[in-house]
Formats: sequence, C-alpha cells, structure tokens
Amino acid sequence: MTTTDIKKEILDILEVIAPDEDLTNLDDAVNFRDQLELDSMDFLDIVMELRKRHRVQVPEDDYIQLASMNSTVAFLEPLMKDIVKA
Amino acid sequence: MIRSAQDDQRIVITGIGLTAPNGDSLADFRAALLEGKSGVDHYHIRYVGDTLAGECHFDELKHQKRKELRRGTRAGSVAIYCANEAIADSDIDWPNVNRDRVGVYIGVTEHGNVETENEIHEIKAFDYDTKVWSHHHNPRTVANNPAGETTLNMGITGPHYTIGAACAAGNAGMIQGAQMLMLGECDVAIAGGVSESIRTFGIFAGFASQGALAENDDPARASRPFDRDRNGIVVSEGGCLYILERYADAAKRGAKIYGELAGYAMNSDASDFVLPNPKQQARCMTMALDRAGLNAEQIDIVSTHATATPSGDIQECDALRRVFGKSDNTLINNTKSYIGHAMGAAGSLELAGNLPSFDDAICHPTINVDNLDPDCELKGLVLNEPREKKSVEYILNNSFGMLGINSAVIIKKA
Repeated sequence: MTTTDIKKEILDILEVIAPDEDLTNLDDAVNFRDQLELDSMDFLDIVMELRKRHRVQVPEDDYIQLASMNSTVAFLEPLMKDIVKA
Repeated sequence: MIRSAQDDQRIVITGIGLTAPNGDSLADFRAALLEGKSGVDHYHIRYVGDTLAGECHFDELKHQKRKELRRGTRAGSVAIYCANEAIADSDIDWPNVNRDRVGVYIGVTEHGNVETENEIHEIKAFDYDTKVWSHHHNPRTVANNPAGETTLNMGITGPHYTIGAACAAGNAGMIQGAQMLMLGECDVAIAGGVSESIRTFGIFAGFASQGALAENDDPARASRPFDRDRNGIVVSEGGCLYILERYADAAKRGAKIYGELAGYAMNSDASDFVLPNPKQQARCMTMALDRAGLNAEQIDIVSTHATATPSGDIQECDALRRVFGKSDNTLINNTKSYIGHAMGAAGSLELAGNLPSFDDAICHPTINVDNLDPDCELKGLVLNEPREKKSVEYILNNSFGMLGINSAVIIKKA
C-alpha cells in the first residue's frame, strides 16, 4: 500500500467509527482529537479495524502514534508497505 | 433520605414512551389494537433461517447520533427512544429537572445474548482468533446496559439498573420504579421494560427445540393465544417506559395522569423451570387485589400474559378462573395476539395498550381466535371484536416468566 492508500484506508475507518463527523476538511497535521469527537474507545476501534482488515498489530505503546493523520500514516507505512491493496 | 411512607404511597403514571411492532407511540399502538392490526411479519435470522417476528420500526436517530447507535445495543436504543418519548409525553420541565433525582429501572428478560452471538459470528471469520473480539463487548453486555445507555443519553445522574425478571420484567420494572419513589430514592422514575430478543438466534432456536415457536403461513395470524390451533410463541422486540411520580409531585405541577398504581404483587412458583403454576399465578393476582383493597368484581379488564403455547395458556386460564371465575364485570383480553411476545417489554407494553380504556371504555380483543380452546373458555374473554363497557375504573395486568416468576399490577383510573 502506498502512503495515499493508507491515508484513504484510515479515512474509511474514521467514517465507520465516527459516522456523524464531516471528514472533508480534516487537517492531516492536527491531532484527530482536536478536530473530531473521539475517545479512547474510538482509538481502540482504529486499532481493531487495522487488525481485522489487514492483520496489522499496533502495540499498546504505539497507540500514541495514531494521534493525527500524518503520524498515523508515518507509523503504518513500514507495517503496510507490503500489503496489496484490495 | 427516606421519606415517610404515609406521604409517598400514591404513585401515578404521568408519561408513556413506547415502541411496538405495530406502533411507535401510545396513540398509534392503541389505534392498531382497536383496528386488529398485527405487527408480526416474516423474519430471517442467521442459523435459524426464515421465521416470524415482531420487529419495531421506530426512528433510531430521533434521540441518538449514529455513533451512539454503533457503539450501543439495540436494547439500549429501544430504551433511549422510549425514555425520551416518555419524558416528552409527561410534559415535565426536563431541562430544569434535577437529574440526580431521576431513577431508571428497566426490566429485561435477558441481555447480552445478541452481542455475544454477534462477536462469536465475527471471530468465526478469523478462525476464532479472540484478538478481534470487540472491546465494546463488555459495556454492551453488562446487565445494566439499556438503563445505563439511557442515563448517558439523557444526562441522568440518579440510580440506574435493570431488573432481570424473565417475561415478567415489564411489570417488575414498573414495580421497582414505584418502590424507589415510595422510598424517596428518586423523584422521577423512568420504569418499564425493553427487549432486543429478536436479534438473538438463540431464543428462536431455543423455543423451536422446546416445540414452542409459532409457525403460520400468514404472519398476522401466527400469534393466537387461546385458539385451539395455536402452536407457540412469536418472538418480538419492543419497549415501553413509564414516567412515574408521587401523586403529590404530579398534582403540584398539574401533570396529566394516566392512572394510579393501586396494587401490585410478585411471587414464585417454585415448581418448574418452564411450566407455569396456576395456583401461584392466582395467588399473585389475589395478593395484588388484596393490597389494592379490591375484590375481583371491581377489576374491569384483565390483560393476560398468555403467549400462545399449548400448556401455558391453559394454566393461566385456570388461574384466572380461580380469581375471576365469579366476576360478571371483568373483561379479559390479550395483546400478544397482535404483537407477539415482546419478552422484557411485554408486561409494560400490554398494560400501556389497555390504559386508554380509562378514557374510551373500550376493551380491545384477543385476535386470531377462530376456534376457542375449550380449556381456555373464560367468562369475560373478549374475542376478535372490541367490547365497550360503561366505564373502566381498574385494569389488572399479568406478566409471568420462566423459572416461575409471576407479577400482577393493578392500575386505577385517575
């Protein structure tokens, strides 16, 4: 998966777990929590969706890497580069 | 603070919020009952396949965001809808109500089966890898879930819990709410019962294995208590929550009062896991009458629990004969013939459907009775066509459940 693919995938996951939010103007550099109503259970949802969809494991110590779109994509890039986009 | 019982014994109904397979408000529900309109339809559920059920169609997004719906349970959603509708119906000054003094007491037949089955179905696709088991599972399956979700949605900071009482749960929820008002534990009780049972295949499969799941080519004709050809239960979902207040508080704010809780009772059969016990059912009704200071003749309508199982209906009729056999005044009806068995919501929904009788004096009938089972022959049984009385002053609502749990509630016209 390319960086663009990973970003699209994260957006898709966010649409599922935060269906009331408008994601069109999401600032990739700003923390999700500063732009969206997300709590700790929502971040666990992101982790769970990555696990279910791509078998990607995010260790608990790395949850902090999922703070913004940019940090999330940077963290996931090495983990998902070999995954073939469905 | 425990208040003096003398001041706080009179409990009244000041609001009703409900969803049934044939109506999402008391007005629509009542109209459906008087029109003989069923809410039972074809239904498909995994593993069991095609069957019948009573499914509700209330607007889930009226009181919840999509995210809340995704995170919560169907039972929670039913409870939130009913609670918000009941509060609106009560015309209480909700923004200024002290939420510390609001209690939520919701009867449930079961809870957690739906959510557990969903997770097992989900992990099956991952070769039963429990690492994909949802972190939402525990908050969804804790037994207080529907009541807890209601407090989260409505900012209620008083006590909340569910009352597990099998199919007597709707009455049990109301009784609990009334008792907490009498004890001064809250000033407003949101009480009744809810069910999400049609979302669990287990309940269908269980009744089928027991030989107690209804079958019929015409869904509307499937639930037929007291009919000779009845062949079992139609499983339904639904909810009905009441706003209960002490009479003094309701009168002070000029509230509309649907009726007053005149008496109630709960007891146990201690005789069988599933088979009812007419002696104890009769004792339950008699206790409720005694506590209300009434005799059987004074009850205008008995709302029966009968579920359309071959033996259960006969047992309840036996119990009714023992208590009301000599009454020339009492009419007897059944609401499951329209909506199926709404499980935890059954008792509260079935009572609600009868409460408008205080105003119109009409007793809705038991429908789908083509050939009355001779063993269900009862004086006062209202079959297929509504019957009008001169007036309706008292309604007794029966609700019984597995493991031999019995409940009866008597409501007096305001």
